[in-house]
Amino acid sequence: MTFSVQAAVASREFDVSLALGPAETVAVMGANGAGKSTLLNVIAGLLHPDSGTAELDGKTLFDLTAGRGEWTAPHRRGTALLAQEPLLFPHLSVLENVAFGPRSAGASKQAARESALRWLTEVEATELQSRRPAELSGGQAQRVAVARALAADPGLLLLDEPMAALDIHAAPLLRRLLKRVLAGRRAVIITHDVLDALMLADRVVILENGRISEEGPTRDILQRPRSRFAAGLAGLNFVAGHLTEHGLRAGALNLYGHRDAAAPLPTGQPGVAVFPPSAVSVFLTEAHGSPRNSFAVTITDLEPHGDGIRVRAGEGGQLSADITPAASVDLGLAPGMQVYFVIKAGAVAIYPG
Amino acid sequence: MRQARNGGYGGVPRWIYVLAAAGGLFVVLPLAAMVAKVNWAQFIPLITSEASLQALGLSLRTSAASTVLCIVLGVPLALVLARGSFPGQRFLRSLVLLPLVLPPVVGGIALLYTFGRQGLLGRTLEVAGLQIAFSTTAVILAQTFVALPFLVVSLEGALRTAGNRYEAVAATLGAGPTTVLRRVTLPLVLPGLASGAVLSFARSLGEFGATLTFAGSLQGVTRTLPLEIYLQRETDADAAVALSLVLVAVAVAVVALAYRSPRAAERAPALSGERTTPAPGQGGAVR
Repeated sequence: MTFSVQAAVASREFDVSLALGPAETVAVMGANGAGKSTLLNVIAGLLHPDSGTAELDGKTLFDLTAGRGEWTAPHRRGTALLAQEPLLFPHLSVLENVAFGPRSAGASKQAARESALRWLTEVEATELQSRRPAELSGGQAQRVAVARALAADPGLLLLDEPMAALDIHAAPLLRRLLKRVLAGRRAVIITHDVLDALMLADRVVILENGRISEEGPTRDILQRPRSRFAAGLAGLNFVAGHLTEHGLRAGALNLYGHRDAAAPLPTGQPGVAVFPPSAVSVFLTEAHGSPRNSFAVTITDLEPHGDGIRVRAGEGGQLSADITPAASVDLGLAPGMQVYFVIKAGAVAIYPG
Repeated sequence: MRQARNGGYGGVPRWIYVLAAAGGLFVVLPLAAMVAKVNWAQFIPLITSEASLQALGLSLRTSAASTVLCIVLGVPLALVLARGSFPGQRFLRSLVLLPLVLPPVVGGIALLYTFGRQGLLGRTLEVAGLQIAFSTTAVILAQTFVALPFLVVSLEGALRTAGNRYEAVAATLGAGPTTVLRRVTLPLVLPGLASGAVLSFARSLGEFGATLTFAGSLQGVTRTLPLEIYLQRETDADAAVALSLVLVAVAVAVVALAYRSPRAAERAPALSGERTTPAPGQGGAVR
């Protein structure tokens, strides 16, 4: 009872390999254009990869290895897709929408209706059953769409940013609902929200430029990100470079930090340093003494962040420091200024990348 | 020529209204002139003469038949053109649209050399005991030939506007292609299909050149209302005007039916909206 996919799409520079356990939910994250939707479309059979194989519970979804050309049509795959928009069929009632999957699978009208009612109860939407999709709010429609996808009894549920189109009041409701229905179910969920990954997924896969750059348990990814994208999700500054005896060297920048006591750092190997923006202080002159990191940067942007101000600096604004508005005024900070970022070595985590 | 309602910005220069009014008059004036010529005292007897009723009945029957034929042939064509992907697709589209710009009399000649006694298929059909040219069947074929593009264009547009995202979702829910077509695609484009069918019917009703060339003008068999009007015009102008008014009335009814509810299109939500994906909200920097 497993799911595995390995697929390449040359025109999109996409090459991904992924496997899921029987009741595992995986969150796929990555920047726009990283290949997240390509992955779902390949699994669902809406996009034909150039090569690869995929299998779901012993059924071959496709096998395009050299010399073979097996291809299972989307409707025979058991991979229901839930998109950002609910895409409820506008000419059918809510109940008929949810009964669509069972009906297509050959269930009798009565059986499909019963199954639809059961799933509408599951998503707490029985009172909507006779409405038309146009009469539903965004949150209600998406709840019905969840019921419709589950009623098709998919072996693998594919969710493509299901919360992205909802307003801030409807999203938490749906997230709670998904947490309940995804428990014990196999699903792949594309999301931009680290909260979705934390609440819904057992594992996170990070896609960058059509390839998996990092994957692991959600907690590990957020605590020890190895990619800039994951560090961004965790809200951490991220510097990639090479390990040295005392820390990390990235170009002209030398960072000192703490490392895992267990293993000594393999000097010369690629490594990363991460530190929270709150641990960064901003000075107008270079600071000396104590085990500190201090380096000159040029401010690119200042922006509000919670109660304070986030100072973005360095190439592309990749490093950030959180300071109080008062401190910002005292220092007279403005974009284009050269300042010093100072970080205590104890706040910088360094580990092999 | 008043301001846009609710004080919204109209954005149309005043002189455009003048030209638009001229355009409107250009369409309405000839109709009014015709109505003015109607001999109302004789109107009912004129349009209920045996020849007139036969022509009207034949026109309605053949137009209905050719509309059905347009749907049977046009829906698959529109689907293939809108959804399919094959070499020569653009070429096929141009070919299907050709009757739209072709002079109908040319269409009639083409049909004659296909289904006529000496035509491409005509000889084979004659061996099978079928004679098409100069029969009611020929009227239906001629009307279908000129009306088909109306249905295909209208339906293909509706299919393209609707997009295929509902179909994709339906497929992942386990619906096979035929089920998707029957339960999702066709219901979604029903307004487009209906207006296409109505336009095809209207075009069939008005068909003259191809019919005359390919089917001739035999009373009760191939003489449809437009042919009857043309014939009457030479002998009895009053009858021609009265029958013309009947055709106008039918045409107005058809157009009213087609554009009865512009709301129908609104029932389907906007499907082509851009996907907006929020960027990750956190610091660090993405790329």
